[in-house]
Amino acid sequence: MASRDITYVEGPIKAFAIATMFWGVVGFLVGVVIASQLAWPLLNLDLEWTTFGRLRPVHTSAVIFAFGGNALLCTSLYIVQRTCRARLFGGDDMGWFLFWGYQFVIVTAALGYVLGVTQGKEYAEPEWYVDLWLTVVWVFYLIAFGGTLIRREEPHIYVANWFFLAFIITVAMLHIVNNLALPVGDGSGKSYGLAAGVQDAMIQWWYGHNAVGFFLTAGFLGMMYYFIPKQAERPVYSYRLSIVHFWALIFLYIWAGPHHLHYTALPDWAQTLGMVFSIMLWMPSWGGMINGVMTLSGAWDKLRTNPGLRFSVTAVGFYGMSTFEGPVMSIKAVNALSHYTDWTIGHVHSGAMGWVGFITFGALYWLFPVLWGKRSLYSERLVAWHFWIATLGIVLYITAMWVSGIMQGLMWRAYDEMGFLQYSFIETVAAMHPYYVIRFLGGVLYLSGALIMAYNLWKTVTAAPVLEPARVSPGAIAQAAE
Amino acid sequence: MDTLREYQWLFSTMWVVWFFVLFTGILVWALRPSKRAALQKHADIPFRDEAR
Repeated sequence: MASRDITYVEGPIKAFAIATMFWGVVGFLVGVVIASQLAWPLLNLDLEWTTFGRLRPVHTSAVIFAFGGNALLCTSLYIVQRTCRARLFGGDDMGWFLFWGYQFVIVTAALGYVLGVTQGKEYAEPEWYVDLWLTVVWVFYLIAFGGTLIRREEPHIYVANWFFLAFIITVAMLHIVNNLALPVGDGSGKSYGLAAGVQDAMIQWWYGHNAVGFFLTAGFLGMMYYFIPKQAERPVYSYRLSIVHFWALIFLYIWAGPHHLHYTALPDWAQTLGMVFSIMLWMPSWGGMINGVMTLSGAWDKLRTNPGLRFSVTAVGFYGMSTFEGPVMSIKAVNALSHYTDWTIGHVHSGAMGWVGFITFGALYWLFPVLWGKRSLYSERLVAWHFWIATLGIVLYITAMWVSGIMQGLMWRAYDEMGFLQYSFIETVAAMHPYYVIRFLGGVLYLSGALIMAYNLWKTVTAAPVLEPARVSPGAIAQAAE
Repeated sequence: MDTLREYQWLFSTMWVVWFFVLFTGILVWALRPSKRAALQKHADIPFRDEAR
C-alpha cells in the first residue's frame, strides 16, 4: 500500500451530512403538511403565508435542493477525494464556503416563497438575487470538484466522478439559461424573464426535466457507483456497462424535456422528439439498474445483514421502476390521460422517495460511522425499522396516486350520450378525498422513518463505540495481535 | 447567414447522424473484448483508498 500522507477535508462534509438529515426531515414535514391541506383544506389556516401555493415550493425545494443538494455536495466532495486520493482543492476553507454559501441559498429561497416572492417557474421559483448567489456558489463548487480531479493521484477518473461532473456542469448551464431575467428594480425582488410564450415554456421544461435528469438522476447515480460497491465490498458488476450507461444518459436526457408540453402550443415535431428521446431513456435506465443490482451477485446474503445496503439496493429497484414508468407516461396517448393528474405526482414521488431518498439514506448510514470514526451504527434494528416503515409509506403514496390519478383522468374525459361532460370539476375533487388521506398517511410513515434515522444517526455520533485506530496504521494491529 | 439558413435542413439531419456515429464509437471503444480486463480494473478504484 502506498503511504498515506493525504488528510482529506472532512469537517464540511460532516456538516453537509448533518444538513442532509436536517433538511430531509424539514422537507418531509412540509410535504406532510401540504398533503394534509389537500385532504383538509381548512389546514391552510386562511393565512397567506401558509397557503398551499406558498408552501408547495417550500416542500419541493426543501426535498430537492436542500435535502438532495446537501446530499450531493456531501457525497461528491467525499467521493472525489477518496477516488482521486487527493485533498479537496481549496481545502477546508473551500468546503466551509460551499457549506454556508449553499445553506444561505436555501434559507433565502424559502423565505421568498413564504413571503410571496417567486418567479413562478416550477423548481426554479427563486428570484434573481438568489439565482445570482447560487451561481457564485456553484462556480466555486465546480472549481473545488474540478481542481480535486486535476490534482488526483489515481490516473483514471472513477465513473462516479463522471456522473458528478456532468451533474455540476449541466445544472450550471440549466440554471443560468432558465433564470435569465430583468429585475424590475423597485425593491420588490420581482423580475421579468427574458423569453416569452412557448419559448419560455420550452426553456422552463428543458430546465425542469434536466433538473430531474442531471440533479436527481446523474448526481445520485454517482452515489450509487461508489456506495453500493463499498457496502457490498465488491467492485461494480461491469465497469464497461457503467461507461455505456453514462454516455447513453448524457446523450439522451437533454432532449426529453418537451414531453412536459404535450398537446400545447409547442410544435408537434418538438413534442414527438421529446417523446422519442424519453422512450430511448429506457436504455440508460436498464443499464444502471442492472449494474447496480448485479454488483450484489454472489453477495446477496449481505442484504440480510446490512440494512444500509438494503436501502441502496431498493433505491436502484425504484430507479428502475420510476424510469420505466416515466417513458410510458411520455407517450402522447398515455400522456393525454395522465397529464395534470395525480399520476404525475405519484410518479415523481416513486422516483424522489424511492430512488433519491433511499440511495441517500443508504449513503448516510454508511457515511456517519466512517466520518465520525465509529465501529458501527448505534442500532441496526432501527435501520431495519426505518426501512420497512419508509417502504410502506412509499407504497401507500404511489398506489393512492395511481388510483386517484387514473380515476381523475378518466372522470375529466368522460362524457354522456348527449356529448356533455359527465362530471363537474368539483365532483372529481371530491372523489380524490380518500386517496389524499391515504397519501397523507404514506407521508407520515415516510417522515416517521426519517425521524428514526435522525435519532439513530445522532446516537451513532454521540454513543456508538469508537473505532480502534486501525485506519491510522495497519501495522499497529498486527503488533497488537501478536 | 443566408447560406447557413439554406443548409439548415442538412445540418439538422447530419447532427443526428453525427450523434449516432459518436455514440456507436463509444460503444465500440467501451465494449471491445481486448479492453475488458484493463477497464474492469478501474472498478477497483474505490477500494484502493485505505481500510474502508
